[in-house]
Amino acid sequence: MPDQSPPTRFAAAARPESLLINMGPSHPAMHGTIRIMLELDGERILNSEVEVGYLHRGFEKTCEARTWFNLLIYTDRLNYVSPLINNLGYAMTMEKMLGLAVPERAQVIRALMSEVSRVSDHLTCLAAMAMECGAFTAFLYTMKAREFLWDVIEQTSGARMTTSYIRIGGVRADLHPDYAAHVAKALVETRKVLKDVHGLLDKNKIFLNRTRDVAVMSQEDAIAYGWTGPCLRSTGVRYDVRKAQPYLVYDRVAFDVPLGERGDNFDRYMVRMLEMEQSLRIIEQCVALLPKAAPGLMADGMPPAEAISEARRQKSGRPIRLSPNLEGSEKAVYKDILAADGGAVIPPKEETYTSIEGLITHFKFFMKGHGIRPPKGEVYFAVEGGNGELGFYIVSDGSDRPYRLHLRGPCFHIVSALESLIKGRLIADVIPTFGSMNMIGGELDR
Amino acid sequence: MEEEKDVLSSLRAAYPGDVLEAGAPFGDETIVIRPAALPAIMAALRQSPYEFTMLLDLTVVDYPDRPERFEVVYHLLSIPRNRRIRIKLSVPESAPVVASLTGLWKNAEWLEREAFDMFGVRFEGHPYLRRIFMYDGFEGHPLRKDYGLRHRQPRIPLRK
Repeated sequence: MPDQSPPTRFAAAARPESLLINMGPSHPAMHGTIRIMLELDGERILNSEVEVGYLHRGFEKTCEARTWFNLLIYTDRLNYVSPLINNLGYAMTMEKMLGLAVPERAQVIRALMSEVSRVSDHLTCLAAMAMECGAFTAFLYTMKAREFLWDVIEQTSGARMTTSYIRIGGVRADLHPDYAAHVAKALVETRKVLKDVHGLLDKNKIFLNRTRDVAVMSQEDAIAYGWTGPCLRSTGVRYDVRKAQPYLVYDRVAFDVPLGERGDNFDRYMVRMLEMEQSLRIIEQCVALLPKAAPGLMADGMPPAEAISEARRQKSGRPIRLSPNLEGSEKAVYKDILAADGGAVIPPKEETYTSIEGLITHFKFFMKGHGIRPPKGEVYFAVEGGNGELGFYIVSDGSDRPYRLHLRGPCFHIVSALESLIKGRLIADVIPTFGSMNMIGGELDR
Repeated sequence: MEEEKDVLSSLRAAYPGDVLEAGAPFGDETIVIRPAALPAIMAALRQSPYEFTMLLDLTVVDYPDRPERFEVVYHLLSIPRNRRIRIKLSVPESAPVVASLTGLWKNAEWLEREAFDMFGVRFEGHPYLRRIFMYDGFEGHPLRKDYGLRHRQPRIPLRK
């Protein structure tokens, strides 16, 4: 059977004498699966076409078949280098729909975790970008800093990447008792690494030659392409969702929005570097906003079996605390980390295990047709993700699952400009240009 | 502030027959328009005094039970005025055609390709309306409600 598919626009327009090559979908110098078809004259790119979708896994379709609570885990897998911000975007969109008020402590924890994720997101982007330009040392340094940041996340949420930590109504558990020490260490180590990377790359001639004035984006084009986040700010447009429509505690912490001037690869690198410093500032302020010790945390936990037998006793003087498997999410801390609305958050495990009412509430939360039931309607809410405005558009028909859930992935818009940015450039310029965009397959292809 | 409140009402005044509904559910300003008026309204919104210079998002919602099955949803952002607006329009399944906005916004090209890929809504005037996430030879449009969650695709022959 002959090939039925029509030729691509790119192949149809290619000149017969020019060389056509594929970069990707699996190319050693490209992170992420994306195919760039290039029409070359020597090393000069005459034309190109970007093909995406290699990581498409039907995120939106899957979410339509999951309950409001269960689909949270799929949001982890969108931008997998800053999963907490994706959790946050979804949770806050749902809170807007449900009208939930999130306790202040949970808001500070969310902001803290968002900024830790943002730094690790930027570090990953710059690590890949630098490595693909040959700066392997910078890659190793930034990866080292990221480990310290992920330690903070792992300690509290129990996972490094697929955290599902930020939940509708609050967060899953309170911060780990030792979080402050880990945060302090991560701050010190990250600052050290940022200083080193500045020293390694800022005046590095090889790096500058490949990034300075390469793939320049104008302000008008950046807006016309729907760019947001560090890439938009590298062109000098001051738009940051955290400043424009402050959410969580961003209106109470002091931070600057670094801007670029030229909108080239180097500015995109530099804006990310400077943004990390601002994020570290926010982390420090968030730690200061939190009370020193979490109330009632991990005081005298007992294993579940003991707790159940204790609950059966008629006169038990001891308060029933489940630990350590529920570290940080005991009933005592619920009022600080989760919204008071019983219908939207999981009931405390102590009640589930030790009382019949608690068990019923628990089952009703997870049972088909029950659980979270937002009103009919549609809502859009955006947070500042690692790559820019991460928006969720959710349509609810009043049932236990979304009628439609759409993600506005910032790097979809950013990568859509790749063809225009590399046109007329050398083939080697594709690598730093693509690297500076921070294309994340999970978010782009959904 | 007075001028800020007026976006919806001034659009209503400027396009009396074309703006079917206007409101702000959950605080999101929304207008529902007639499909034929889309290019004119979008071009006007992009200019002063509205300055919605960024096309944030474009997507489609499938309502199989409605006579006009596909609801196309646009989100615009105005950076200088710091506000968003949602524009919705509905097209029937028999003629799922909307005017393309590729002349106004550059990211409309990919966004419209995605909407076409996922829902089969066609955009008139689009220079290159081709599937974006799915492959050539994919049958159907996966985000339509009548496309089963576990629906399987036929094998496609190897490319020569």
